[in-house]
Amino acid sequence: MVRTARILPCGDSALSVEFGDAIDPDLNGKVLALEDLLLASPPAGLIETVPTYRSLTIQFDPTLTDYDALAAFLTEKAATIAPRNAIGRRWRVPVVYGGAFGEDLDEVAGQHGLSPQQLIEIHSAAIYRVYMIGFMPGFAYLGGLDPRIATPRRTQPRAKIPAGSIIIGGAQAAVMSIEGPSGWHLLGRTPVRSYAPERDPAFLLAAGDEVVFQPIDAFQWASLERAALAGELVAELVTP
Amino acid sequence: MTELVVKTCGPMTTLQDRGRLGYQRFGVSPSGAMDKRSLALTNALVGNAPETAALEFMNLGGTLAASGGDLRIALAGAGATLRIEGTAIPPHTTAILRDGETAEIGHARTGTFAYLAVAGGFAIAPQLGSLSFHPRSKLGGHNGGSIQPGDRLPCRAEAQEGAPVHFTGDLPQLPDTIRVMLGPQDDYFTEDAIRLFLESEFTITPQADRMGFQLSGPKLDHAKGFNIVSDGIVDGHIQVPGAGHPIVLMRDRQTTGGYPKIATVISADLDHFAQLRPGSPVRFRAVSREEAVAAAREAKAWIAALPDALIPVRFALTTEHLLSTNLIGGTVNALAPKVADA
Repeated sequence: MVRTARILPCGDSALSVEFGDAIDPDLNGKVLALEDLLLASPPAGLIETVPTYRSLTIQFDPTLTDYDALAAFLTEKAATIAPRNAIGRRWRVPVVYGGAFGEDLDEVAGQHGLSPQQLIEIHSAAIYRVYMIGFMPGFAYLGGLDPRIATPRRTQPRAKIPAGSIIIGGAQAAVMSIEGPSGWHLLGRTPVRSYAPERDPAFLLAAGDEVVFQPIDAFQWASLERAALAGELVAELVTP
Repeated sequence: MTELVVKTCGPMTTLQDRGRLGYQRFGVSPSGAMDKRSLALTNALVGNAPETAALEFMNLGGTLAASGGDLRIALAGAGATLRIEGTAIPPHTTAILRDGETAEIGHARTGTFAYLAVAGGFAIAPQLGSLSFHPRSKLGGHNGGSIQPGDRLPCRAEAQEGAPVHFTGDLPQLPDTIRVMLGPQDDYFTEDAIRLFLESEFTITPQADRMGFQLSGPKLDHAKGFNIVSDGIVDGHIQVPGAGHPIVLMRDRQTTGGYPKIATVISADLDHFAQLRPGSPVRFRAVSREEAVAAAREAKAWIAALPDALIPVRFALTTEHLLSTNLIGGTVNALAPKVADA
Protein backbone atom coordinates (compact mmCIF):
# COMPACT_ATOMS: atom_id res chain seq x y z
CA MET A 1 0.00 0.00 0.00
CA VAL A 2 1.68 3.20 -1.11
CA ARG A 3 -0.07 6.29 0.08
CA THR A 4 1.29 9.64 1.10
CA ALA A 5 0.85 10.35 4.77
CA ARG A 6 -1.64 13.11 5.47
CA ILE A 7 -1.35 15.83 8.09
CA LEU A 8 -4.81 16.35 9.61
CA PRO A 9 -5.52 19.39 11.80
CA CYS A 10 -7.02 18.69 15.23
CA GLY A 11 -7.79 22.29 16.19
CA ASP A 12 -4.99 24.75 16.97
CA SER A 13 -3.26 22.54 19.55
CA ALA A 14 -2.85 19.18 17.84
CA LEU A 15 -2.47 17.37 14.55
CA SER A 16 -2.61 13.78 13.37
CA VAL A 17 -0.21 12.22 10.91
CA GLU A 18 -2.31 9.59 9.15
CA PHE A 19 -0.40 6.87 7.33
CA GLY A 20 -3.50 5.03 6.12
CA ASP A 21 -6.81 3.71 7.27
CA ALA A 22 -6.11 0.02 7.81
CA ILE A 23 -5.06 -2.20 10.70
CA ASP A 24 -1.69 -3.23 9.38
CA PRO A 25 1.64 -3.94 11.10
CA ASP A 26 3.61 -1.87 8.57
CA LEU A 27 1.43 1.21 9.02
CA ASN A 28 1.60 0.81 12.80
CA GLY A 29 5.37 0.34 12.59
CA LYS A 30 5.70 3.63 10.71
CA VAL A 31 3.58 5.39 13.34
CA LEU A 32 5.91 4.15 16.08
CA ALA A 33 9.04 4.98 14.07
CA LEU A 34 7.84 8.53 13.43
CA GLU A 35 7.06 8.94 17.12
CA ASP A 36 10.59 7.76 18.02
CA LEU A 37 12.03 10.29 15.61
CA LEU A 38 9.93 13.15 16.98
CA LEU A 39 10.66 12.31 20.62
CA ALA A 40 14.40 12.06 19.90
CA SER A 41 14.41 15.83 19.26
CA PRO A 42 11.12 17.20 20.54
CA PRO A 43 10.07 20.53 19.02
CA ALA A 44 9.44 23.49 21.34
CA GLY A 45 5.96 23.31 22.87
CA LEU A 46 5.46 19.56 22.39
CA ILE A 47 3.01 18.25 25.04
CA GLU A 48 2.46 14.60 24.20
CA THR A 49 2.08 12.06 21.43
CA VAL A 50 -0.54 9.33 21.05
CA PRO A 51 0.25 6.49 18.65
CA THR A 52 -2.74 4.59 17.25
CA TYR A 53 -3.19 1.81 14.67
CA ARG A 54 -2.52 4.04 11.72
CA SER A 55 -1.87 7.57 12.90
CA LEU A 56 0.21 9.60 15.32
CA THR A 57 -1.62 12.36 17.19
CA ILE A 58 0.67 15.13 18.40
CA GLN A 59 -0.45 17.68 20.98
CA PHE A 60 1.42 20.95 21.40
CA ASP A 61 1.17 24.48 22.74
CA PRO A 62 0.18 26.60 19.73
CA THR A 63 1.83 29.66 21.25
CA LEU A 64 5.20 27.90 21.41
CA THR A 65 5.19 25.45 18.51
CA ASP A 66 5.99 26.53 14.96
CA TYR A 67 3.19 24.64 13.20
CA ASP A 68 4.50 25.09 9.67
CA ALA A 69 7.95 23.84 10.61
CA LEU A 70 6.48 20.87 12.49
CA ALA A 71 4.16 19.95 9.60
CA ALA A 72 7.01 20.22 7.09
CA PHE A 73 9.26 18.02 9.26
CA LEU A 74 6.54 15.39 9.67
CA THR A 75 5.59 15.39 5.98
CA GLU A 76 9.19 14.91 4.93
CA LYS A 77 9.96 12.17 7.47
CA ALA A 78 6.66 10.33 7.00
CA ALA A 79 7.29 9.96 3.27
CA THR A 80 10.47 7.95 3.71
CA ILE A 81 10.27 6.39 7.16
CA ALA A 82 10.78 2.64 7.62
CA PRO A 83 8.48 0.76 10.00
CA ARG A 84 9.95 0.23 13.45
CA ASN A 85 10.81 -3.45 13.55
CA ALA A 86 12.85 -3.74 16.72
CA ILE A 87 10.10 -4.98 19.00
CA GLY A 88 11.45 -4.55 22.47
CA ARG A 89 9.47 -6.67 24.83
CA ARG A 90 7.48 -9.89 24.73
CA TRP A 91 5.22 -10.63 27.71
CA ARG A 92 4.01 -14.10 28.68
CA VAL A 93 0.56 -13.73 30.21
CA PRO A 94 -0.95 -16.71 32.13
CA VAL A 95 -4.62 -17.41 31.34
CA VAL A 96 -7.28 -19.70 32.80
CA TYR A 97 -9.54 -20.51 29.84
CA GLY A 98 -13.24 -21.36 29.94
CA GLY A 99 -15.68 -22.10 32.73
CA ALA A 100 -16.42 -19.21 35.07
CA PHE A 101 -13.19 -17.58 33.84
CA GLY A 102 -14.29 -17.45 30.20
CA GLU A 103 -17.99 -18.02 29.84
CA ASP A 104 -18.11 -17.56 26.04
CA LEU A 105 -15.40 -20.13 25.26
CA ASP A 106 -17.71 -23.05 24.44
CA GLU A 107 -20.08 -20.95 22.37
CA VAL A 108 -17.30 -19.32 20.33
CA ALA A 109 -15.66 -22.70 19.75
CA GLY A 110 -19.04 -24.04 18.58
CA GLN A 111 -19.47 -21.15 16.13
CA HIS A 112 -16.22 -22.15 14.45
CA GLY A 113 -16.80 -25.92 14.56
CA LEU A 114 -13.94 -26.34 17.04
CA SER A 115 -13.71 -28.07 20.40
CA PRO A 116 -13.01 -25.72 23.33
CA GLN A 117 -9.54 -27.27 23.60
CA GLN A 118 -8.82 -26.54 19.92
CA LEU A 119 -9.92 -22.94 20.40
CA ILE A 120 -7.59 -22.60 23.41
CA GLU A 121 -4.71 -24.04 21.38
CA ILE A 122 -5.28 -21.65 18.48
CA HIS A 123 -5.70 -18.62 20.75
CA SER A 124 -2.62 -19.40 22.85
CA ALA A 125 -0.38 -20.31 19.88
CA ALA A 126 -0.38 -16.81 18.37
CA ILE A 127 2.10 -14.01 19.01
CA TYR A 128 0.10 -10.84 19.48
CA ARG A 129 1.35 -7.34 18.83
CA VAL A 130 0.24 -4.31 20.84
CA TYR A 131 -0.92 -1.88 18.16
CA MET A 132 -2.16 0.82 20.47
CA ILE A 133 -3.49 1.54 23.92
CA GLY A 134 -6.79 3.35 24.27
CA PHE A 135 -10.47 3.12 25.17
CA MET A 136 -9.59 2.85 28.87
CA PRO A 137 -6.37 3.04 30.91
CA GLY A 138 -3.95 0.30 29.88
CA PHE A 139 -6.36 -1.30 27.38
CA ALA A 140 -4.10 -2.80 24.70
CA TYR A 141 -5.51 -3.52 21.26
CA LEU A 142 -3.80 -6.71 20.13
CA GLY A 143 -3.29 -7.71 16.51
CA GLY A 144 -2.40 -11.24 15.46
CA LEU A 145 -5.60 -13.14 16.21
CA ASP A 146 -5.73 -16.29 14.07
CA PRO A 147 -8.33 -15.53 11.34
CA ARG A 148 -9.88 -18.96 11.99
CA ILE A 149 -11.25 -17.72 15.31
CA ALA A 150 -12.16 -14.12 14.36
CA THR A 151 -15.66 -13.65 15.78
CA PRO A 152 -18.09 -10.75 15.26
CA ARG A 153 -18.88 -8.81 18.44
CA ARG A 154 -21.82 -9.84 20.61
CA THR A 155 -25.13 -8.27 19.56
CA GLN A 156 -25.72 -7.35 23.20
CA PRO A 157 -22.69 -5.82 24.93
CA ARG A 158 -22.18 -6.62 28.62
CA ALA A 159 -22.33 -3.65 30.99
CA LYS A 160 -19.45 -4.98 33.07
CA ILE A 161 -16.76 -7.59 32.68
CA PRO A 162 -13.88 -8.07 35.14
CA ALA A 163 -10.36 -6.72 34.82
CA GLY A 164 -8.08 -9.37 33.33
CA SER A 165 -10.74 -10.78 30.98
CA ILE A 166 -9.17 -12.29 27.86
CA ILE A 167 -11.46 -11.16 25.06
CA ILE A 168 -11.81 -11.23 21.28
CA GLY A 169 -13.97 -9.02 19.04
CA GLY A 170 -13.89 -9.20 15.26
CA ALA A 171 -10.26 -9.67 14.21
CA GLN A 172 -8.96 -8.13 17.43
CA ALA A 173 -7.89 -9.52 20.77
CA ALA A 174 -7.40 -7.77 24.09
CA VAL A 175 -6.89 -8.07 27.82
CA MET A 176 -9.46 -6.09 29.79
CA SER A 177 -7.40 -3.61 31.82
CA ILE A 178 -10.05 -2.52 34.30
CA GLU A 179 -13.61 -3.59 34.97
CA GLY A 180 -15.88 -2.08 32.33
CA PRO A 181 -18.37 -2.54 29.50
CA SER A 182 -17.57 -4.79 26.55
CA GLY A 183 -19.25 -6.30 23.53
CA TRP A 184 -16.39 -8.73 22.97
CA HIS A 185 -16.36 -12.45 23.81
CA LEU A 186 -14.86 -13.73 27.06
CA LEU A 187 -12.47 -16.66 26.52
CA GLY A 188 -10.63 -16.62 29.83
CA ARG A 189 -9.10 -14.51 32.53
CA THR A 190 -5.58 -13.61 33.62
CA PRO A 191 -4.44 -12.54 37.08
CA VAL A 192 -2.19 -10.02 35.29
CA ARG A 193 -3.23 -6.41 35.76
CA SER A 194 -2.25 -4.46 32.67
CA TYR A 195 -3.15 -1.31 34.65
CA ALA A 196 -2.61 -0.88 38.39
CA PRO A 197 -2.48 2.78 39.45
CA GLU A 198 -0.71 1.98 42.76
CA ARG A 199 1.95 -0.25 41.17
CA ASP A 200 5.24 0.87 39.66
CA PRO A 201 5.03 0.52 36.70
CA ALA A 202 1.32 1.39 36.58
CA PHE A 203 1.11 0.21 32.97
CA LEU A 204 2.37 -3.17 31.82
CA LEU A 205 2.16 -2.78 28.05
CA ALA A 206 3.22 -0.17 25.52
CA ALA A 207 2.53 0.10 21.79
CA GLY A 208 5.02 -2.14 19.96
CA ASP A 209 5.20 -4.80 22.70
CA GLU A 210 4.30 -8.43 22.02
CA VAL A 211 2.07 -10.71 24.09
CA VAL A 212 1.79 -14.50 24.25
CA PHE A 213 -0.80 -16.34 26.32
CA GLN A 214 0.05 -19.36 28.46
CA PRO A 215 -2.81 -21.62 29.57
CA ILE A 216 -2.81 -22.32 33.32
CA ASP A 217 -5.31 -24.09 35.57
CA ALA A 218 -7.49 -22.77 38.35
CA PHE A 219 -5.02 -23.99 41.03
CA GLN A 220 -2.22 -21.86 39.62
CA TRP A 221 -4.68 -18.97 39.35
CA ALA A 222 -5.11 -18.61 43.11
CA SER A 223 -1.45 -17.99 43.96
CA LEU A 224 -0.82 -15.78 40.92
CA GLU A 225 -3.92 -13.72 41.74
CA ARG A 226 -2.61 -13.21 45.30
CA ALA A 227 0.76 -12.09 43.94
CA ALA A 228 -0.90 -9.72 41.46
CA LEU A 229 -3.03 -8.16 44.20
CA ALA A 230 0.16 -7.65 46.21
CA GLY A 231 1.50 -5.55 43.34
CA GLU A 232 3.56 -8.10 41.40
CA LEU A 233 3.50 -8.04 37.62
CA VAL A 234 2.84 -11.82 37.30
CA ALA A 235 3.41 -11.45 33.55
CA GLU A 236 6.89 -12.62 32.54
CA LEU A 237 9.27 -11.03 30.05
CA VAL A 238 10.43 -13.71 27.61
CA THR A 239 13.00 -13.62 24.85
CA PRO A 240 11.39 -13.20 21.44
CA MET B 1 -2.48 20.73 59.85
CA THR B 2 -5.08 23.15 58.55
CA GLU B 3 -7.95 21.39 56.85
CA LEU B 4 -10.85 22.38 54.66
CA VAL B 5 -13.75 20.35 56.00
CA VAL B 6 -16.53 19.55 53.54
CA LYS B 7 -19.92 19.73 55.22
CA THR B 8 -22.12 19.51 52.12
CA CYS B 9 -21.47 19.36 48.39
CA GLY B 10 -23.01 18.12 45.15
CA PRO B 11 -22.22 14.69 43.72
CA MET B 12 -19.88 16.06 41.03
CA THR B 13 -17.49 18.02 43.22
CA THR B 14 -13.91 17.12 42.32
CA LEU B 15 -10.33 18.25 42.60
CA GLN B 16 -9.08 19.54 39.23
CA ASP B 17 -5.89 21.13 38.00
CA ARG B 18 -4.36 21.47 34.52
CA GLY B 19 -4.85 17.76 33.96
CA ARG B 20 -2.72 14.67 33.70
CA LEU B 21 -0.35 15.13 30.80
CA GLY B 22 1.81 12.49 29.17
CA TYR B 23 -0.27 9.35 29.82
CA GLN B 24 -2.67 9.37 26.89
CA ARG B 25 -0.36 6.86 25.19
CA PHE B 26 -1.45 4.50 27.98
CA GLY B 27 -5.13 5.26 27.53
CA VAL B 28 -5.40 7.71 30.44
CA SER B 29 -7.64 10.71 29.87
CA PRO B 30 -5.96 14.04 30.65
CA SER B 31 -8.97 15.30 32.67
CA GLY B 32 -8.34 18.73 34.24
CA ALA B 33 -10.53 21.73 34.98
CA MET B 34 -13.44 22.17 32.55
CA ASP B 35 -12.93 25.96 32.61
CA LYS B 36 -9.20 26.55 32.96
CA ARG B 37 -9.61 30.33 32.71
CA SER B 38 -11.78 30.41 35.84
CA LEU B 39 -9.32 28.04 37.54
CA ALA B 40 -6.52 30.51 36.74
CA LEU B 41 -8.53 33.47 38.04
CA THR B 42 -9.41 31.88 41.37
CA ASN B 43 -5.81 30.74 41.81
CA ALA B 44 -4.50 34.23 41.06
CA LEU B 45 -6.76 35.66 43.78
CA VAL B 46 -5.02 33.52 46.43
CA GLY B 47 -1.54 33.89 44.94
CA ASN B 48 -1.28 30.38 43.47
CA ALA B 49 0.16 29.38 40.11
CA PRO B 50 -2.63 29.34 37.46
CA GLU B 51 -2.99 25.56 37.23
CA THR B 52 -2.90 24.67 40.94
CA ALA B 53 -5.60 22.15 41.91
CA ALA B 54 -8.88 23.66 43.12
CA LEU B 55 -12.30 22.30 44.01
CA GLU B 56 -14.52 22.15 40.94
CA PHE B 57 -18.25 22.41 41.68
CA MET B 58 -20.63 21.21 38.95
CA ASN B 59 -23.98 23.04 39.16
CA LEU B 60 -24.40 22.63 42.92
CA GLY B 61 -22.50 24.53 45.57
CA GLY B 62 -21.71 23.39 49.09
CA THR B 63 -20.55 24.37 52.56
CA LEU B 64 -16.97 24.16 53.80
CA ALA B 65 -15.28 24.98 57.08
CA ALA B 66 -11.71 25.77 58.10
CA SER B 67 -10.27 23.60 60.84
CA GLY B 68 -6.93 23.91 62.61
CA GLY B 69 -6.09 27.34 61.18
CA ASP B 70 -7.17 30.19 58.92
CA LEU B 71 -7.40 29.83 55.13
CA ARG B 72 -7.31 32.35 52.32
CA ILE B 73 -9.86 31.26 49.73
CA ALA B 74 -11.42 32.57 46.51
CA LEU B 75 -14.18 31.54 44.14
CA ALA B 76 -14.58 32.04 40.38
CA GLY B 77 -16.68 30.68 37.53
CA ALA B 78 -20.37 29.90 36.92
CA GLY B 79 -21.57 33.06 38.68
CA ALA B 80 -21.61 31.21 41.98
CA THR B 81 -21.68 33.27 45.19
CA LEU B 82 -19.48 33.00 48.28
CA ARG B 83 -20.66 33.80 51.81
CA ILE B 84 -18.67 33.45 55.00
CA GLU B 85 -20.71 33.06 58.17
CA GLY B 86 -23.62 34.56 56.24
CA THR B 87 -21.74 37.61 54.93
CA ALA B 88 -21.59 37.91 51.14
CA ILE B 89 -18.08 38.21 49.72
CA PRO B 90 -17.97 40.38 46.60
CA PRO B 91 -17.28 38.52 43.37
CA HIS B 92 -13.64 37.76 42.55
CA THR B 93 -12.32 38.80 45.93
CA THR B 94 -10.08 36.89 48.31
CA ALA B 95 -11.71 35.98 51.59
CA ILE B 96 -10.26 34.84 54.90
CA LEU B 97 -11.95 31.79 56.31
CA ARG B 98 -11.06 31.80 60.01
CA ASP B 99 -10.57 28.61 61.96
CA GLY B 100 -14.04 27.22 62.67
CA GLU B 101 -15.86 29.52 60.22
CA THR B 102 -18.10 28.16 57.48
CA ALA B 103 -18.09 29.24 53.82
CA GLU B 104 -21.17 28.76 51.70
CA ILE B 105 -20.78 28.32 47.95
CA GLY B 106 -24.00 29.07 46.06
CA HIS B 107 -25.31 27.11 43.11
CA ALA B 108 -24.12 27.94 39.60
CA ARG B 109 -26.12 30.79 38.08
CA THR B 110 -24.49 31.74 34.78
CA GLY B 111 -22.64 28.56 33.88
CA THR B 112 -21.97 25.08 35.19
CA PHE B 113 -18.51 24.95 36.77
CA ALA B 114 -17.23 27.02 39.72
CA TYR B 115 -13.76 26.81 41.32
CA LEU B 116 -12.70 27.30 44.90
CA ALA B 117 -8.99 27.78 45.47
CA VAL B 118 -7.05 27.74 48.76
CA ALA B 119 -3.85 29.74 49.14
CA GLY B 120 -0.91 27.34 48.91
CA GLY B 121 -3.09 24.59 47.46
CA PHE B 122 -4.05 21.24 48.92
CA ALA B 123 -1.50 19.00 50.64
CA ILE B 124 -2.63 15.97 48.66
CA ALA B 125 -0.22 13.79 46.69
CA PRO B 126 -0.69 13.88 42.92
CA GLN B 127 -1.10 10.65 40.98
CA LEU B 128 0.74 10.48 37.66
CA GLY B 129 1.50 14.16 38.02
CA SER B 130 -1.97 15.48 38.73
CA LEU B 131 -4.65 15.82 41.41
CA SER B 132 -7.41 15.79 38.80
CA PHE B 133 -9.94 13.09 39.61
CA HIS B 134 -10.78 10.80 36.70
CA PRO B 135 -13.43 8.24 37.70
CA ARG B 136 -12.68 5.63 35.04
CA SER B 137 -8.92 5.62 35.66
CA LYS B 138 -9.43 5.68 39.45
CA LEU B 139 -6.74 8.36 39.52
CA GLY B 140 -6.42 11.61 41.43
CA GLY B 141 -9.00 13.16 43.69
CA HIS B 142 -9.12 12.83 47.45
CA ASN B 143 -8.90 9.27 48.79
CA GLY B 144 -9.24 8.12 45.19
CA GLY B 145 -12.62 9.67 44.57
CA SER B 146 -14.79 12.72 44.16
CA ILE B 147 -15.31 15.06 47.11
CA GLN B 148 -17.83 13.78 49.65
CA PRO B 149 -19.50 15.42 52.65
CA GLY B 150 -17.32 14.67 55.66
CA ASP B 151 -14.05 14.85 53.71
CA ARG B 152 -11.24 16.74 55.41
CA LEU B 153 -8.90 18.19 52.77
CA PRO B 154 -5.41 18.92 54.14
CA CYS B 155 -4.14 22.34 53.05
CA ARG B 156 -0.60 23.61 52.71
CA ALA B 157 -0.41 26.21 55.42
CA GLU B 158 1.72 28.61 53.35
CA ALA B 159 0.72 32.08 52.20
CA GLN B 160 -2.26 32.57 54.49
CA GLU B 161 -1.07 36.11 55.35
CA GLY B 162 -1.46 39.26 53.30
CA ALA B 163 -4.30 41.61 52.42
CA PRO B 164 -7.22 40.23 50.45
CA VAL B 165 -7.23 41.26 46.80
CA HIS B 166 -9.90 41.99 44.27
CA PHE B 167 -9.77 41.33 40.55
CA THR B 168 -10.35 44.55 38.65
CA GLY B 169 -9.63 43.41 35.11
CA ASP B 170 -12.13 42.57 32.43
CA LEU B 171 -13.36 39.06 31.98
CA PRO B 172 -12.78 37.86 28.43
CA GLN B 173 -15.59 38.77 26.08
CA LEU B 174 -17.86 35.84 25.43
CA PRO B 175 -18.01 34.97 21.75
CA ASP B 176 -21.51 34.66 20.31
CA THR B 177 -20.35 31.75 18.19
CA ILE B 178 -17.96 28.99 19.17
CA ARG B 179 -14.98 29.01 16.85
CA VAL B 180 -13.85 25.73 15.34
CA MET B 181 -11.26 24.49 12.90
CA LEU B 182 -12.61 21.90 10.46
CA GLY B 183 -11.08 18.44 10.59
CA PRO B 184 -9.53 15.98 11.17
CA GLN B 185 -12.22 13.94 9.35
CA ASP B 186 -14.35 16.60 7.67
CA ASP B 187 -13.88 14.58 4.47
CA TYR B 188 -16.12 11.88 5.99
CA PHE B 189 -19.12 14.24 5.71
CA THR B 190 -21.25 15.46 2.82
CA GLU B 191 -20.93 19.08 1.73
CA ASP B 192 -24.46 19.59 2.99
CA ALA B 193 -23.49 18.27 6.41
CA ILE B 194 -20.56 20.71 6.67
CA ARG B 195 -22.82 23.59 5.60
CA LEU B 196 -25.53 22.55 8.09
CA PHE B 197 -22.94 22.23 10.84
CA LEU B 198 -21.66 25.77 10.28
CA GLU B 199 -24.98 27.47 9.58
CA SER B 200 -27.40 25.86 12.03
CA GLU B 201 -28.21 26.44 15.64
CA PHE B 202 -27.59 23.46 17.93
CA THR B 203 -28.74 22.99 21.51
CA ILE B 204 -26.76 21.61 24.44
CA THR B 205 -28.74 18.59 25.65
CA PRO B 206 -28.90 17.41 29.29
CA GLN B 207 -26.41 14.69 28.28
CA ALA B 208 -23.52 16.99 29.11
CA ASP B 209 -20.84 16.01 31.57
CA ARG B 210 -17.09 16.14 32.02
CA MET B 211 -16.63 13.56 29.22
CA GLY B 212 -18.63 15.30 26.51
CA PHE B 213 -21.59 17.46 25.54
CA GLN B 214 -24.21 15.85 23.30
CA LEU B 215 -25.83 18.39 20.98
CA SER B 216 -29.22 18.29 19.29
CA GLY B 217 -29.98 19.94 15.97
CA PRO B 218 -30.08 19.02 12.30
CA LYS B 219 -28.79 15.57 11.43
CA LEU B 220 -25.31 15.60 9.90
CA ASP B 221 -24.92 12.96 7.18
CA HIS B 222 -21.75 10.98 6.71
CA ALA B 223 -20.41 10.59 3.19
CA LYS B 224 -18.17 7.57 3.93
CA GLY B 225 -19.87 5.77 6.81
CA PHE B 226 -19.43 6.47 10.47
CA ASN B 227 -16.78 3.95 11.46
CA ILE B 228 -13.13 4.85 11.22
CA VAL B 229 -10.17 2.85 12.46
CA SER B 230 -9.77 4.28 15.98
CA ASP B 231 -7.43 7.24 16.14
CA GLY B 232 -6.38 9.88 18.65
CA ILE B 233 -8.79 12.31 20.30
CA VAL B 234 -8.10 15.79 21.68
CA ASP B 235 -10.11 18.17 23.88
CA GLY B 236 -12.79 19.91 21.80
CA HIS B 237 -13.02 17.30 19.07
CA ILE B 238 -16.57 17.20 17.67
CA GLN B 239 -17.35 13.59 16.83
CA VAL B 240 -20.47 12.54 14.95
CA PRO B 241 -21.71 9.00 15.64
CA GLY B 242 -24.07 7.13 13.31
CA ALA B 243 -27.23 8.97 14.35
CA GLY B 244 -25.73 12.21 12.98
CA HIS B 245 -25.79 14.27 16.19
CA PRO B 246 -22.50 15.80 17.28
CA ILE B 247 -20.80 15.26 20.64
CA VAL B 248 -18.18 17.77 21.76
CA LEU B 249 -15.51 15.83 23.65
CA MET B 250 -14.44 17.43 26.91
CA ARG B 251 -11.72 16.96 29.54
CA ASP B 252 -12.62 13.44 30.77
CA ARG B 253 -12.88 12.07 27.21
CA GLN B 254 -11.33 8.83 26.06
CA THR B 255 -7.94 9.03 24.40
CA THR B 256 -8.90 7.25 21.16
CA GLY B 257 -12.16 6.76 19.31
CA GLY B 258 -13.72 5.35 16.20
CA TYR B 259 -16.21 8.01 15.08
CA PRO B 260 -15.32 10.68 12.50
CA LYS B 261 -14.56 14.13 13.89
CA ILE B 262 -16.04 16.90 11.76
CA ALA B 263 -14.24 19.77 13.53
CA THR B 264 -12.42 20.84 16.69
CA VAL B 265 -13.33 23.70 19.04
CA ILE B 266 -10.35 26.08 19.20
CA SER B 267 -8.51 26.01 22.52
CA ALA B 268 -9.38 29.62 23.39
CA ASP B 269 -13.15 28.96 23.18
CA LEU B 270 -13.34 25.63 25.00
CA ASP B 271 -13.52 27.14 28.52
CA HIS B 272 -16.45 29.27 27.46
CA PHE B 273 -18.15 26.35 25.71
CA ALA B 274 -17.76 24.25 28.90
CA GLN B 275 -19.88 26.78 30.79
CA LEU B 276 -22.86 26.56 28.39
CA ARG B 277 -25.76 25.01 30.26
CA PRO B 278 -28.11 22.34 28.93
CA GLY B 279 -30.78 24.04 26.82
CA SER B 280 -28.38 26.75 25.63
CA PRO B 281 -28.26 27.41 21.89
CA VAL B 282 -24.85 27.21 20.24
CA ARG B 283 -23.54 28.06 16.79
CA PHE B 284 -20.17 27.20 15.29
CA ARG B 285 -17.97 29.27 13.01
CA ALA B 286 -14.97 27.92 11.10
CA VAL B 287 -11.79 29.95 11.50
CA SER B 288 -8.28 29.78 10.10
CA ARG B 289 -5.30 28.47 12.06
CA GLU B 290 -4.00 32.07 12.21
CA GLU B 291 -7.14 33.27 13.97
CA ALA B 292 -7.18 30.26 16.33
CA VAL B 293 -3.53 30.74 17.30
CA ALA B 294 -4.02 34.49 17.79
CA ALA B 295 -6.92 33.69 20.14
CA ALA B 296 -4.77 31.16 22.01
CA ARG B 297 -2.08 33.83 22.48
CA GLU B 298 -4.66 36.28 23.78
CA ALA B 299 -6.03 33.71 26.24
CA LYS B 300 -2.55 32.93 27.49
CA ALA B 301 -1.72 36.64 27.84
CA TRP B 302 -4.92 37.20 29.84
CA ILE B 303 -3.90 34.54 32.34
CA ALA B 304 -0.31 35.86 32.52
CA ALA B 305 -1.63 39.36 33.27
CA LEU B 306 -3.92 38.26 36.12
CA PRO B 307 -1.50 39.16 38.96
CA ASP B 308 -1.33 42.73 37.60
CA ALA B 309 -5.11 43.05 37.64
CA LEU B 310 -5.42 42.48 41.39
CA ILE B 311 -5.69 45.35 43.86
CA PRO B 312 -5.61 45.08 47.64
CA VAL B 313 -8.93 45.40 49.46
CA ARG B 314 -8.39 47.81 52.35
CA PHE B 315 -11.91 47.97 53.73
CA ALA B 316 -14.34 45.59 55.31
CA LEU B 317 -15.25 42.88 52.88
CA THR B 318 -18.84 43.74 52.28
CA THR B 319 -20.53 44.24 48.97
CA GLU B 320 -21.88 47.60 50.17
CA HIS B 321 -18.41 48.83 50.95
CA LEU B 322 -16.98 47.74 47.63
CA LEU B 323 -19.86 49.32 45.76
CA SER B 324 -19.25 52.57 47.61
CA THR B 325 -15.60 52.55 46.63
CA ASN B 326 -16.57 51.67 43.08
CA LEU B 327 -14.40 48.60 43.01
CA ILE B 328 -16.89 46.51 41.14
CA GLY B 329 -16.86 47.68 37.57
CA GLY B 330 -19.97 47.35 35.51
CA THR B 331 -22.35 46.68 38.36
CA VAL B 332 -25.69 48.35 37.84
CA ASN B 333 -28.43 48.77 40.41
CA ALA B 334 -31.54 48.04 38.40
CA LEU B 335 -33.76 49.50 41.12
CA ALA B 336 -31.99 52.86 41.23
CA PRO B 337 -33.78 55.79 39.58
CA LYS B 338 -32.57 56.31 36.05
CA VAL B 339 -30.09 59.13 35.78
CA ALA B 340 -30.44 61.39 32.78
CA ASP B 341 -27.48 61.37 30.45
CA ALA B 342 -25.09 64.09 31.36
